[in-house]
Amino acid sequence: MARVRSRTRMNRRGFLAGMALAGAAGAPLAADTVNAAAQALEPPPPRPSALRPSAALAVAETAPPQEIKEHEGGRPGSDFMVDVIKTLDIKYLPSNPASSFRALHESLIDYGGNKQPEFLTCMHEESAVGMAHGYFKIAGKPLLTLCHGTVGLQHAAMGIYNAWCDRVPVIVVGGNEMDAAHRPPGVPTFHSAQDINALVRDFTKWDDTPVSAQHFAQSFVRMYKIATTPPYGPVMMSLDAGLQQEPIRDIGGKLYIPRFVPSSPPQGDSGAVKEAARLLANAEHPVIVVDRAARTPNGIKLLVELAESLQAAVVDQGGRMNFPKTHYLNRPPNVIAQADVIIGMELSDFWGVVNGYVDNGDNGIGFNETKIKAGTKLISINSVELITKSNYQDFQRFQVVDVSMPADAEATLPALIEAVKSAIPNDRKAAIDKRGETFRKAYANGRENVKKAAAIAWDASPISTARLVMETWAQIKDLDWSLVASEGNVSNWPNRLWPMEKHHHWLGRSGGYGVGYGAPASVGAALANRDLGRFSVSIQSDGDLMYAPGVLWTAARHKIPLLAVMHNNRGYHQEVMHVQRLANFRNRVAYLGNDLAPLGTGIQNPDIEYHKLAESMGWWAKGPIKDPVDLAPAVKEAVAVVKSGQPALLNVWTQPR
Amino acid sequence: MRNAFILIAAGLVLGIGAAFAASAENGKKAFVAHGCWQCHGFEGQGSIATSNGTVIAHTELSFEAFESFVRSTNRAMPPYREPILSKADLTDIYAYLQSVPKPPAAASIPLLNP
Repeated sequence: MARVRSRTRMNRRGFLAGMALAGAAGAPLAADTVNAAAQALEPPPPRPSALRPSAALAVAETAPPQEIKEHEGGRPGSDFMVDVIKTLDIKYLPSNPASSFRALHESLIDYGGNKQPEFLTCMHEESAVGMAHGYFKIAGKPLLTLCHGTVGLQHAAMGIYNAWCDRVPVIVVGGNEMDAAHRPPGVPTFHSAQDINALVRDFTKWDDTPVSAQHFAQSFVRMYKIATTPPYGPVMMSLDAGLQQEPIRDIGGKLYIPRFVPSSPPQGDSGAVKEAARLLANAEHPVIVVDRAARTPNGIKLLVELAESLQAAVVDQGGRMNFPKTHYLNRPPNVIAQADVIIGMELSDFWGVVNGYVDNGDNGIGFNETKIKAGTKLISINSVELITKSNYQDFQRFQVVDVSMPADAEATLPALIEAVKSAIPNDRKAAIDKRGETFRKAYANGRENVKKAAAIAWDASPISTARLVMETWAQIKDLDWSLVASEGNVSNWPNRLWPMEKHHHWLGRSGGYGVGYGAPASVGAALANRDLGRFSVSIQSDGDLMYAPGVLWTAARHKIPLLAVMHNNRGYHQEVMHVQRLANFRNRVAYLGNDLAPLGTGIQNPDIEYHKLAESMGWWAKGPIKDPVDLAPAVKEAVAVVKSGQPALLNVWTQPR
Repeated sequence: MRNAFILIAAGLVLGIGAAFAASAENGKKAFVAHGCWQCHGFEGQGSIATSNGTVIAHTELSFEAFESFVRSTNRAMPPYREPILSKADLTDIYAYLQSVPKPPAAASIPLLNP
């Protein structure tokens, strides 16, 4: 990036040259001296830096920074950047520190007072993004994370992809040393790239690389606006280290910060809404399928109103808490077999709703089969159609539908409800009411069947997943609870047995199914719940935790209370079954080694002592718990710890699913 | 005593020859070694995530129907043909599934009836 340099008395590059003449100039100034200088009206004269232009590359990266922090030639760009960030009321900034954004980091904590946002120390960039992901699903507001040029962004990439697939906004800023002629040689140059945004461009809504302070202000507000307009999604900015660190250039006019005005979400076309309403109102067996339809608590109310207007079955796929589990219209997925009209709202995979894929065809190749009757009409409201990209295949298989609305479902629901009420013929109202009575009976029967299924293996050891879930429930049911993650698959027992009704009772899953989401997203959501006075609980799987367990330390360090009840089935269980499946297809006995599971899929020998891992990072923890009778007292004890403000983990050995 | 009942029960289903061969104890080991537990749980309780909710503990299928499904299924479960799962082991597995302790009634579990 070309940079105008002449207007500053001494910039960072000149500094380095000066340092070369002056030699090692000694220790950094005391913090109070630096801060006093930073507040002076007139900047002090330039002083030589002590940063060594050493040939020892590792030293350049690992040695303490020795460059003085005074303003040379004017106000640092990063101070203005903090002013911009503060206008957007971003509460936290989870991040792993890095040299490429040291200037912004310093401005945030010393100039910005470490408030709005507050820096949260993370031990992995994927953890930072995962925390922001979970936080948004409770707070409804995005967080900012900073990551280091190439290396930090590559660590963050999986978390960003999960956020993309889960339609969650995360503001990602990557520090980057762009000026090849002046950036520090060695490690910082290894960590620089022409276009770091390219790493994540396929799964971010927008990205930019500002080249001036004013450009930063425009782009930061713009990226926030884009991220928070449905369909939500992560956004990316490559931020030059020099732009952060050097004094702001005189651009011949006053710097300004654009005002953030949120965009209204896109609504369905009125004609398409009317046609959808006509089909639904005249259907014999309408079915509503929802995945991420309820973006807010109001979305649940709207879905209930629509379902009750039609007395239509609702299949909640659980991308969000869309529909109360306690409502008689909440039905299992097999109801679509009888449907004559299906409306899908914010589905991640409409094809998968109406088709099945059986991984057991000839030669191990799967085959497809339809799940619906011929002639069933399909309606789609899906905002993701507005941001479909090409490379990553999160758009799933193509499904032909009869009415297609590329629009936000929650924003379209009020118009759809009104249209449905108007479209219901008077002579159909009795039949619609009768449909509701049928569902009430089916719901009651279904509840009994679920309980019967949960009772099987109730006393088993390892502990059944139903028992794990219900022993946990018994200790939190009187609290304002929030299940912040349930990773590793516990047969969906929380959704089948817990009376989930509120938006914060269930947050959905990772989106991209990249393992490693559960632990950081739980901590991020628990942070938001902490500020709201809620109790956070997660079902934490073993494989997920080990991707980046350092987030446990972050939770303890920043006093984020969370009850993590482990579903420790001692394996990457999906892969356990995949390898077994392939062995069967090929008529070979799967090799287990000394494990229970096919070689390479188990997490045992040795068994990981997760409770000790958590204890080492400041958590209260207990385990391994293998006997179901030991579970209730342990959960009770852990709940008391969490209520006192501390995170707690129970290492529970469980059945596979 | 319980094993004796199991043998008698299994004999009624399998016929005398198979009953003498069936061993619930061996069946439990075979159930684990052949990976049946992966989708069906260690007690055959099943899961909506892996066995479509099918419970194979105390299955009501006859052994012949059970074996036919295991050998040739083209549904979600991959087939276990004779080269990788012997008839003797499958017979024992069937006996094990009949021997698993019956669960308590759901109505008797307070946690399921809050």
